[in-house]
Amino acid sequence: MTASVKQHSSGMVEKHGKSLWFTHLLMIIGILFVFFPIWLAFVASTVTQPEIVSPPMPLWPGSHFLENYKKALFSGVNVPVSTMLLNSLIMAIGIAVGKIIISLLSAFAIVYFKFPGRTFFFWTIFLTLMLPVEVRIVPTYEVVAGFGLLNSYSGLIFPLIASATATFLFRQFFMTIPDELAEAARVDGARPMRFFIDIVLPMSRTNIAALFVILFIFGWNQYLWPLLITTDPEMNTIVMGIKQMFPSGDDVADWPVIMATSILAMLPPIFVVVSMQKFFVRGLVDSEK
Amino acid sequence: MEKRVTFNGWLLPLLLIFPQIFISAVFFFYPAGQAIWQSLFIPDPFGLSSQYVGLGNFEYLFGDKYYRQSFATTALFSTLVTLTSMVPALFLAVLADRLIKGAGAYRTLLIWPYAVAPAVAGVLWLFMFNTRVGVVAWYLGLLGYDWNHVLNDGEAMGLVVVASSWGRISYNFLFFFAALQAVPRSVIEAAAIDGARFWRRFFTIVLPLLSPTVFFLLVVNVVYAFFETFGVIHTITSGGPQQATTVLVYKVFADGFVGQDLGSSAAQSVVLLFLVGALTIVQFKFLEKRVHY
Repeated sequence: MTASVKQHSSGMVEKHGKSLWFTHLLMIIGILFVFFPIWLAFVASTVTQPEIVSPPMPLWPGSHFLENYKKALFSGVNVPVSTMLLNSLIMAIGIAVGKIIISLLSAFAIVYFKFPGRTFFFWTIFLTLMLPVEVRIVPTYEVVAGFGLLNSYSGLIFPLIASATATFLFRQFFMTIPDELAEAARVDGARPMRFFIDIVLPMSRTNIAALFVILFIFGWNQYLWPLLITTDPEMNTIVMGIKQMFPSGDDVADWPVIMATSILAMLPPIFVVVSMQKFFVRGLVDSEK
Repeated sequence: MEKRVTFNGWLLPLLLIFPQIFISAVFFFYPAGQAIWQSLFIPDPFGLSSQYVGLGNFEYLFGDKYYRQSFATTALFSTLVTLTSMVPALFLAVLADRLIKGAGAYRTLLIWPYAVAPAVAGVLWLFMFNTRVGVVAWYLGLLGYDWNHVLNDGEAMGLVVVASSWGRISYNFLFFFAALQAVPRSVIEAAAIDGARFWRRFFTIVLPLLSPTVFFLLVVNVVYAFFETFGVIHTITSGGPQQATTVLVYKVFADGFVGQDLGSSAAQSVVLLFLVGALTIVQFKFLEKRVHY
């Protein structure tokens, strides 16, 4: 009796016993498929070059983990991977923080003020939604070169920090802040920036965190833009630098080092996504709405 | 939608909005304007002067066999990427939705590929299918299949499609999973009481309820395939063999930076601008009134 009641309360379409295990099994097979490329890269980063160039390579990690990663991090192929990691970190954080700051400010201006040209500026920002950097690469490259920003962090960061998505997200959120709060602040004689810092910013914490995750990944994973403007290997980011590690001629690529670099290139974004998973999923769904 | 309570003053809001407008002007509007302007000219071989040719660059562009081919390549590529990333994601999401225990752990594992950059994904897949050392290529050889994406058009396309779709499976999975969780249990149970089996329930009830998510993901994945897959193509095939994987965005890069054909590259940018505009409008149409049955 109790058993049947329990079964009903958990919903009669839930599967039990064999069928449930079968679902788990299918799920695990699916995940193994999805994970295989990462696993293989990890294995390749722990074995020696001869083991890889005489196929088939092993499918279980070897004992050269430290050796390969040390070589990648401190000598690399063109430039030590530690340098590229640092460049990527600066670029990704610069883009995420920069975008969040300018978007917070402009969304605050658009929502909380009536000023001449407001509608015009709003549409100006809206239009930038439609222009991914891939579409306007040649002229944007010329602008950045004209400013002398090739091979610089500013050149890596600034062209990518203007985007409407974050502004719209904050605008939408600010609209949901009760008017009473702004009213009270005004009655108390608080200046707009006080209100912004004391009320609006603390209330936006979750949105800021969610956006940070998305924008960090966006910045970290950039490829075309750093490829164009960093001709000096010292300024390469890790995501674009991997391809530069392949020899141009018929030489054999140094696979263990390249694969160690690939693993190093994916660890920071994976860490950010997994550790901030709640914010990430929320930010993803919100920013696409 | 307007706020009832606003602050006074015009200088402060202008200062607040200035950074974004400035950056947009310098890095968006000016370059976009330049692209449109340059598309009307042909620079002389020494780059000293340029000649106004009106729409000549566009005429030349659409007369170019390779450019028209690039359109077809892009259409094929984005269709395949959209399908290859959405179908497995939906399948996995349906599985995860059937589980109460463990769904969270599976989700945590499944979002990993989303964090992997397209260019890095390209390197991983290239490694698996490398004609000399690739494990998968080697086992295919054992089965009597001679894999060579460096020479074979179809295999090159297949490889860039799979490598581009791989990380998107995570993304699509998250949206499908969230949508499935929102399907009311009572509706499904009612159908189950009426004797509808799992697949029948799926196709007659669940899938129609998912249609807004499906259409949203269709648009978003097409946009992804158009503009964010450059890294995959550049690392795996560099657009080859014989331009078989040269999608439109790759061609802007190849003609503008490698080929130094600035007039044509600018004209291509303008064509892409219109395409992005059209896609954005479609996207907003769907967001305005999401499809409901």
